[in-house]
Amino acid sequence: MGGQSVPDLFDGTATTIAVVVLLLEFLMLRSALLRAQVRLYAVQSLVVSVLAAVVAGGRGVPELYALAAVSFALKAVIVPWLILRLMRDASTEIAGSGVLGVASEIMVALVVAAFGFFTVNVLDIHSDVLPASALSLAFAVVLVAFVLIIMRRDVVSQAVGFFSLENGVSLVSLVVAAGMPLILEVAFLFDLLVAVVVFGVLMRVHHGRTRSLSTAGLTRLRG
Amino acid sequence: MSGVPFLDVLLLVLALLPVAAALASVVLPHRAAATLSLVAGLVCLAAVLRLVPAVGGGVVAVGFLRVDALSVVFLLPTAFLYAVAAAFTIGYLGDEAAQAARGSAAERREFGRYSRLFFVGFNAFAWSMFCAPMADGLALLWIAVEVTTVISALLVALDNTEGATEAAWKYVLIASCGLGIGLLATIVMYYAGAQSLGQSYDLALQPLIGHAAALPATPVRLAFVLAVVGFGTKVGLVPMHTWLPDAHAEAPTPVSALLSGSLLAVSLYAILRYYQVAHVTLGDAFPQRVLLVFGIASLLLAALSLLQQNDLKRLLAYSSVEHMGILAIGVSFGTPLALAGVLLHVLAHAAAKGNAFLGAGVLVRSFQTKSLTRIRGAIDRLPWSGPLFLASVLALCALPPFGLFRSEFEIVAGGVDSTRDVPTAILVVLVTLAFLGLLGAVARLVLTPASTAPAASTARGREPSVWMVTPVLVGVLALLLLGVHPPADLDALLRAAAGQLGGVVAS
Repeated sequence: MGGQSVPDLFDGTATTIAVVVLLLEFLMLRSALLRAQVRLYAVQSLVVSVLAAVVAGGRGVPELYALAAVSFALKAVIVPWLILRLMRDASTEIAGSGVLGVASEIMVALVVAAFGFFTVNVLDIHSDVLPASALSLAFAVVLVAFVLIIMRRDVVSQAVGFFSLENGVSLVSLVVAAGMPLILEVAFLFDLLVAVVVFGVLMRVHHGRTRSLSTAGLTRLRG
Repeated sequence: MSGVPFLDVLLLVLALLPVAAALASVVLPHRAAATLSLVAGLVCLAAVLRLVPAVGGGVVAVGFLRVDALSVVFLLPTAFLYAVAAAFTIGYLGDEAAQAARGSAAERREFGRYSRLFFVGFNAFAWSMFCAPMADGLALLWIAVEVTTVISALLVALDNTEGATEAAWKYVLIASCGLGIGLLATIVMYYAGAQSLGQSYDLALQPLIGHAAALPATPVRLAFVLAVVGFGTKVGLVPMHTWLPDAHAEAPTPVSALLSGSLLAVSLYAILRYYQVAHVTLGDAFPQRVLLVFGIASLLLAALSLLQQNDLKRLLAYSSVEHMGILAIGVSFGTPLALAGVLLHVLAHAAAKGNAFLGAGVLVRSFQTKSLTRIRGAIDRLPWSGPLFLASVLALCALPPFGLFRSEFEIVAGGVDSTRDVPTAILVVLVTLAFLGLLGAVARLVLTPASTAPAASTARGREPSVWMVTPVLVGVLALLLLGVHPPADLDALLRAAAGQLGGVVAS
């Protein structure tokens, strides 16, 4: 698992940024206020965009500068702004509700993240662009995002969980698919934007019907 | 092959006409939008039927669009159901349109809004499902499948009842998470392909499948499993199926038909493209085992759920899970006969399930309930729709002379050929169990006299509009055709597509 050579400045920077993304995912999990959660998502998107720019500079892939710019504009500015605006209209509740207490949720997430980290290490997938530890961290981000979606019982947290899952996938793509044509990357991002709009519409429909953001009452359909 | 401009035009028609119809529906009044949707549906159906003999074992490609035999097989359900459901919609919304026209200005406005949203969404949904099998490349395929999700989630929410809101939220969240995993699969496959195609390429199908033998095994294995779990969420494979009964039961009836017959098939198509790569790189054993496990789990859960279901549309939804399980098992058998059976099954299931949902829509409309215990004597009240619905369900149970009998027979025969005796036996037993559940419930609805119903309503029913009967009749005739004597062109297409799944690269 450990490389023979001492990691250079670039590898160190990249791994640190990936760790920051994972830590932000944990912060989202523990934050009780929905607004704080959306802001944390914005920060996380910003960090992922910074990593794209770092890779662009450090590895000489100029296309990634454009990706970093688009990703910053969409995920760190437009999407959080859309969600926050939606929440301003629906100002009934601002605190989310977990199935478990915060401490238990974090414990579960730690176990899941460790599982993801070590499992991906075993697969021995390595890229020329970023150190393999960044890939393991990215998979851990994806898994913790799933914990967030599963544990929270309000539409905002679940939606933010999905968007941050996409951040984790972006991180994976920076590690193993940095050469992917820009047009595809941008198409993925615009697809995300469409998904955000639809999530927003459905959140609004849900709020209009139940006068709340909680999903605890969505138990009618079963069997 | 690609030198024929006429075929290129057909692809462009499929890629542009439905989206044009969706845009026009924004401004058109109800009646015009309904007619336009039907015309668009029929033109698209004609275009796809024209592609059937033309494609053969070759490829038609324009820009980002690329169609080979496997794609055409998966274009057929969408084209057929788009036309049929559009015709059904004329009757389905016709009553409400008449009612609204008699009502107040507010009611008229409300219906106008509903109708506009419906037709915009309906045409856009069909468009996205045409785009997915035509997309040249796994990345574009993922994008198209994601678009099908978001559009159909809005359509599920359209009725704006408590159930529809809940179903739409569950659907969009679960399916999006699934597609998040599907995106991971796409990226990991990109990484695998980059090892032999160079760092920058666009995941186009032909080079990727052509180089599949040279790809590294571990990433392909990872990508395949992620794809089965991710896209399998939208196929409705157990245990990722939980959104499916809700969304199918709560969506407006024409949308349910498209969801079940076409959307599930399109997602399966995505898995099959990964399968095409994976089974060249990894050999047969691993991909087939993965599909077998998910297939048997789906079939088992669906068969048991069918036995104790109390909601007509949920009953049909679980039958979809059952058939997706059969398809996964059929692919896992891997012999040419089983693969041809799988592809025929996709077509026959689309016709039968679309039909069953449309027929169930008539019953639900007529009896004002979805409860299986309260609908009785449908054959007395609905002299056309009752028997047609029963015929559709008999077809779904794979009784001869319908198409599903032929396809399931081929799948089972393929399983015996490949000496997978235990999975084949499990398949036969579980299909029989599902048959008992489905037919038992539906026969009671249609054949038991109305007087035995707990709250027997004595109101004389009447057949709804002819627009709601003819599409079901057309579907039954299509099923008979597939079962008794599939056209030679279709047979050749299915064999070419099965050959592709077996490892032949179309060029």
